[in-house]
Amino acid sequence: MSSEIDIPALDIEGIKRDFPILGRELGSDVTLVYLDSAATSQKPEAVIGAMDEYYRRHNANIHRGIHTLAEEATALYEGARVKVAAFINASQPEQIIFTRNATEAINLVAQSWGRTNLEAGDRILLTGMEHHSNLVPWQMLAAERNLELDFIPVTPEGLLDLGTYSELLERGPKLVTFTHMSNVLGTINPAKEIIQLAHKAGAITLVDGAQAVPHIPVDVTDLGADFYVFSAHKMCGPSGIGVLYGRRDLLEAMPPYMGGGDMIKSVTLRSFRPNDLPHKFEAGTPAIAEAVGFGAAVDYLSGLGMEAIAEHEQRLITYALERLSEIPGLKVFGPEAAQKGGVASFVMEEAHPHDVAQILDFDGVAVRAGHHCAQPLHDQYNIPATTRASFYLYNTPEDVDRLVKGIYRVKEIFG
Amino acid sequence: MQDFYREMIIERYKSPHHKGTLDPNDFSFEDDNPSCGDHIRIDVRLDEDNRVVEALFSGEGCAISLASADLLLESIIGKKVDEVKAISKQDIIDMLGIELGPVRVKCALLSLKVLKAGAYGLGEDISP
Repeated sequence: MSSEIDIPALDIEGIKRDFPILGRELGSDVTLVYLDSAATSQKPEAVIGAMDEYYRRHNANIHRGIHTLAEEATALYEGARVKVAAFINASQPEQIIFTRNATEAINLVAQSWGRTNLEAGDRILLTGMEHHSNLVPWQMLAAERNLELDFIPVTPEGLLDLGTYSELLERGPKLVTFTHMSNVLGTINPAKEIIQLAHKAGAITLVDGAQAVPHIPVDVTDLGADFYVFSAHKMCGPSGIGVLYGRRDLLEAMPPYMGGGDMIKSVTLRSFRPNDLPHKFEAGTPAIAEAVGFGAAVDYLSGLGMEAIAEHEQRLITYALERLSEIPGLKVFGPEAAQKGGVASFVMEEAHPHDVAQILDFDGVAVRAGHHCAQPLHDQYNIPATTRASFYLYNTPEDVDRLVKGIYRVKEIFG
Repeated sequence: MQDFYREMIIERYKSPHHKGTLDPNDFSFEDDNPSCGDHIRIDVRLDEDNRVVEALFSGEGCAISLASADLLLESIIGKKVDEVKAISKQDIIDMLGIELGPVRVKCALLSLKVLKAGAYGLGEDISP
């Protein structure tokens, strides 16, 4: 990471004002402290406004329309693709396939690339810290095609066991897939190193970047990822749109995932010719307004600078882990601050995560309780659930203080 | 808001009166709340008249789910299986004496769901 001199500190109070919801009062004198951005981020005025403007002035279906509105809508939709491509340094916009979310992008690869390239006995290498979205699609494919699944173990500290990874690569997996950043532990995995080792072993790679792209600078070209997926709603954009980035030659060779309008060049009663990239994978009317909002989100984040955002979150998680470690009977999962993003999942001796979250909510502090769609990881630590506080660019050390104050209230009630 | 964690609920959570397992039992059932990973098992012993003599729960859960399990089991001692089947969602909410949102109501109702599933399973076993 660059030195602090290179990165101007963010004006967090100004940023907070960009997000209308953060000014909301939840009760008399209870202001919202939103610590659930790993589930979904809040949206700045720029994004809400862009979508509003789209519906008020430009709304039309895209591509084949000749009228003014259709041309404007198409330009906005395709413009968003160009912005998103630049944001993750994809070499061509056609490598950005708009999906509903990261989950759909993974399912697309499993169903299209997986069914074409994997046969009985082939192996897929995953990790023990995957979100269900990067686990269940492979379980489904494995059941259908008789594939073998292997898992890179997670160490007690919450890191991937890279020694075992090298051994598992000797089994010759066809695909290595892993999360760039864990949604529970916050662990930022060494994606470039994992990809390089996978490539040496002859495997294709898919990276789940749902938690990484919103929080750290991601350069898919530098990483060398074959497939990389993420969702707009976790990065200040709207829900309903996500991205599959893919290596061009792989995408070209893959059959369509869904059939319908827009994904074809020509259709007869008994056959069709698939369209070019990226349209081949975008059947039906896509989420147009959402793409416009997504483009605005990317502009907003770029304007602030992803380096600066990552730096800010690094400071926040360092402070949060420090404060949380002072609380007796509280255990945080995952590695030390330097190896993770802004996620703190914890358990308390006195109270169940649901009760912790409930009491925090009384004070306006929004956190999440449960297994966060990563049940196998919780099983490994032998806990049914955790309480998770996750931070983003609009959070401040005062938000951490409100969290800690709320936790002491839990101790009071359950003490 | 403070009423939510009434002293009675916290007390029941920390020192439940009906926690444990029964072996042998007349019926036993367990289930999960998939949204949070909570797990509850209920064991019930009946007399010749099909009345509940003893009922214990085990498992993991939040204060709301475990306190409601404890209150529910206390309320069924001496009741006939048919009466157990007739217990409603509202009965549980009345026992807890707090207002519950759509998420937490699932916590409160997990034990009732488990108990009823066990009771109905028993009915099927008896029927020809």
